[in-house]
Amino acid sequence: MDVVNQLQRQFIDYSASLHREGFLDDQFTQLQKLQDDNSPDFVVEVASLFFEDCEKLINNMARALEQQQGVDFKQVDASVHQLKGSSSSIGAMRVKDVCIAFRSFCEAQNREGCLRCLQQVTHEYSLLKNKLQTLFRLQQQILAAGGSIPVVE
Amino acid sequence: MESCNCIEPQWPPDDLLMKYQYISDFFIALAYFSIPLELIYFVKKSAVFPYRWVLVQFGAFIVLCGATHLINLWTFTVHSRTVASVMTTAKVLTAAVSCITALMLVHIIPDLLSVKTRELFLKNKAAELDREMGLIRTQEETGRHVRMLTHEIRSTLDRHTILKTTLVELGRTLALEECALWMPTRTGLELQLSYTLRQQNPVGYTVPIHHPVINQVFSSNRAVKISPNCPVARLRPAGKYMPGEVVAVRVPLLHLSNFHINDWPELSTKRYALMVLMLPSDSARQWHVHELELVEVVADQVAVALSHAAILEESMRARDLLMEQNVALDLARREAETAIRARNDFLAVMNHEMRTPMHAIIALSSLLQETELTPEQRLMVETVLKSSNLLATLINDVLDLSRLEDGSLQLDLGTFNLYAVFREVLKLIKPIASVKKLHVSLNLAPDLPEYAVGDEKRLMQTILNIVGNAVKFSKEGSISITAFVAKLDTLRDSKAPEFLPVLSDNHFYLRVQVKDSGSGINPLDIPKLFTKFAQNQSTGTRNSGGSGLGLAICKRFVNLMEGHIWIESEGLGKGCTAILIVKLGMPERVNESKLPYMPKMPTNHGQTAFPGLKVLVMDENGVSRMVTKELLLHLGCDVTMVGSSDECLRLVSHEHKVVFMDICVPGIDSYGITIRIHEKFTKRHERPLLVALTGNTDKVTKENCMRAGMDGLILKPVSLDKMRSVLTDLLEHRVFFEAI
Repeated sequence: MDVVNQLQRQFIDYSASLHREGFLDDQFTQLQKLQDDNSPDFVVEVASLFFEDCEKLINNMARALEQQQGVDFKQVDASVHQLKGSSSSIGAMRVKDVCIAFRSFCEAQNREGCLRCLQQVTHEYSLLKNKLQTLFRLQQQILAAGGSIPVVE
Repeated sequence: MESCNCIEPQWPPDDLLMKYQYISDFFIALAYFSIPLELIYFVKKSAVFPYRWVLVQFGAFIVLCGATHLINLWTFTVHSRTVASVMTTAKVLTAAVSCITALMLVHIIPDLLSVKTRELFLKNKAAELDREMGLIRTQEETGRHVRMLTHEIRSTLDRHTILKTTLVELGRTLALEECALWMPTRTGLELQLSYTLRQQNPVGYTVPIHHPVINQVFSSNRAVKISPNCPVARLRPAGKYMPGEVVAVRVPLLHLSNFHINDWPELSTKRYALMVLMLPSDSARQWHVHELELVEVVADQVAVALSHAAILEESMRARDLLMEQNVALDLARREAETAIRARNDFLAVMNHEMRTPMHAIIALSSLLQETELTPEQRLMVETVLKSSNLLATLINDVLDLSRLEDGSLQLDLGTFNLYAVFREVLKLIKPIASVKKLHVSLNLAPDLPEYAVGDEKRLMQTILNIVGNAVKFSKEGSISITAFVAKLDTLRDSKAPEFLPVLSDNHFYLRVQVKDSGSGINPLDIPKLFTKFAQNQSTGTRNSGGSGLGLAICKRFVNLMEGHIWIESEGLGKGCTAILIVKLGMPERVNESKLPYMPKMPTNHGQTAFPGLKVLVMDENGVSRMVTKELLLHLGCDVTMVGSSDECLRLVSHEHKVVFMDICVPGIDSYGITIRIHEKFTKRHERPLLVALTGNTDKVTKENCMRAGMDGLILKPVSLDKMRSVLTDLLEHRVFFEAI
C-alpha cells in the first residue's frame, strides 16, 4: 500500500508541476474527467493521436518552409491552424501559444519568423511528449501496483 | 491167468446198489452238463449279467463234475488203468476248479445279496416319487382351478355375477354339496344369507354376527373348519345322513359404500362376509390342505373383485351425478346470461329514458332559478335542483357500475399530465375543505413523472372520490395527499395477496395516499366499504348524501387499471388512510412537436442526460473530433463522426437532432453546408439543429453564423458541464449563441 501511495503522490506532484509550468491547461483536466470505465485509455489514445498529428503537421510545415521558390504560406497557415486546434483540444498550452504567434508570422508571410516558430513548436512538442510519456508511465505503475489514478482538480 | 492192468471195482457189478449208483451217476452227469447250457442260454437272453467270469468258473466246475460222474460210470465194471487215470485227472481238475470257485464265491455272494437291498431301496424311492408326483399334480390342478375361477370372477364387474360365479365354480371344482355366502346386514349386527349354490332364492336367513364360531373365522385369514351344527352351516334339512365337513372362510369387504361405512381402510372396523363350504354328506371325504388353500385364495380374489365392482359402481354414480350437475349449471348459466342481457337492454333503454327527463328537469330548474322568484319559491327551486343533481349523479353512478360489472367498460388511455390531475383535484376540493376549516396538503414526489399514460378522467374521478370521502368524514383537522412512484417492496406489502405487480420498463405504479384525521372507521367494517350500496350506518353520518356506490366504483376503476385500493384505519376517531396503487404507462420520450409546451429537463448530473440523442459531428481535426465525440458519448448521445462536408451532407438525416460543425477550418464551407442542410430539410421539426464549434472569438463569425441560418454557436474548448448545459438549452429553446 505504501508503494501505491508513494506513486500516487508522485503522480499528483508531477501533474501539478506540468500545470504550473504551463505545459497543460484545464482542457487536459477535462479530458481526464472524460476517462471512465467505458473508455479507460481515452487520454492515452488522444495523446497518441495528437503526437501523430503533430509530427505529420510539423513535417508538412518544414517541407513547405524549405521551398526555396515561393513558400506556400497558405498551406503553412492551414497546418498551423490544424496544430493550434489539436493542441487546444488536448490542452497543450505552450504549443498552442507558439501556434498563435506562428499564425501571425504566416499572415505576415515572414519566412524567418515562421522558421523560428517552427523550431519552437518542435521543441515544445518534444518536451511535452516526454512529459506526457513520463506521466503515463507513472499511471501504469500505479495501476500495476493495484492502486487507482487519483483525480487532480 | 492173464495179468491185466485192470482195476476191479470193490463191489460186484450186479449188486442192486451198484445199479442204482450207476443210474444216479448217469443222471447227475446229464444234469451237470445241462446246467451250464441252460445258464448260457438264459444269460445270453438277458441283457445284463455282470459276472461272466464267475459263470465261466462255475460252468467249468459243473462240467468237470459232470465229467467226473460220467467217467465214474465206467468204474462200475472192470476198467483199465487209463480209465482210472482219466478219472483221476478229471477229479483233480474238478477239485482245483471247485476250490477256486469256492474262493471266488466268498467275494461274489455279498455282492449278489447287496443287489437285492439296492433293489428294495430303489423301489421305495420310486414309490415316494410317485407320491410326490401325485401331490404336485393335485397342486397344479388346484392352481388351474384357481386361475380359472379367478378368470371367471374377474371377467365381470357386476357384483351378483361375481358372487354367483364364485359359488358355482367352487362347487364344481371341489365337488361341494352346498356353498353359501353370508353378507353383513346394514346394521352390521347380523349376517344375512345372500347367495347359495343349490337353492335358487335363499330365504332371508339371518344369523347374529357375534357368534363365537363366526368370530373365530373372522379373526383369522385362513379357512377354518367349523362344526356342521353351527348356525351358518345348518342349511340342509337335517336328516339321517352324516353331514360332510364344513369349512368357513372370511371375505373382506374392502369398499364399503354399499354398507354405509365411512372410514375407509381402517382394519379394526373391517367388515367381512362369510363363505361356507360343505362337502357332500356321507362321502367320508375330508378337507385336504390344498383344497383349503384353494378356498382361501378364492376368498381373497372375491374380495378384490367385489371391491373393484363397488368402486366402479361408485364412480359411475358420481359420473352420473356430475353430468346432472353439469346440465343444471349449464341451464343456470344460460338463464343468467338471459337475465344479464335483459338487464342490459333495460338499462340501455332506461339510460336514455331516464336521462332525458332528468336533463329537462335540471335545465329548466336552473333556468327557473334565473327568473324572478319569491324567497320561498327560490328555496323550493334550489331544493329541486339539488335533488335532481343528486338523482342525476345516482343514475350515472348506477349506469357506470353496471357497465363496470359487465366488463364492458374500457379505459380511455391517453397521455396526460399527472401533476395537473392532482392540482385539479386540489382545486375542486379546496372550497369545501376550507368551509369545513380543513387543511389540505399535496405532496408530489420528485421522481413522479410529469406525464403518464392512462385514463385521466377516471383516475381523477377516483382520486376525487377518495379525497372527497376524506373531506366528508372529517369534521376537523387536516387532510394530506401524497403521491409517489411505488417501488417493488412497497408494492408487495400492500396486504393484497392476489395483487401481483409486474414491473416493466414502460410502466410504473403510482401510489396515492390520502390521510385524514377524521372520524375513522372500525377495522371490522373495512371489508364492507367497497361493497355496493353498503353505507357505514354506525357513525352518525347518515346524511352524507352518497349512494354508497362511490368506493365500489373506485375499486372497479382501480381494478381496471391493474391496481389495488384499500383503506386503513386504527379505529373510530383515529382517522383513516386510503391508499391506492394504479399502473400507469410511461409516456414516450418527450418530443416537443407532440406536447403543448416543453417541460424543463431534470437537471441531474448523471451520465446519460440525453439518452440516445442522435448527433452528427463534423470536424476535420482528428484530435478535436475525438475529444468532442468523447464528450458527447459521455452525455449519452449517439454520435456519428464525419470528417468532410460531403460526408456530412450524405449522412445527415432527420434522425439527427443536432449537427456540430467545426467552422474555423479553412477549406470547409460551413455556411454552404448550412444552406444545403436547410434546403434538404424543409420542415422545421425535421431539420437537425446546426451548431458551430469555433475557436474564433470575433463577432463577425457569430454574425456570419446567424445569417447563414445556424441555430447555435459554441466556443471551443468545451468542457463537459458546458456541453451539457448547452445541449439542455439548445433542446429547450432551439437556439443557443454563446456570448462572445
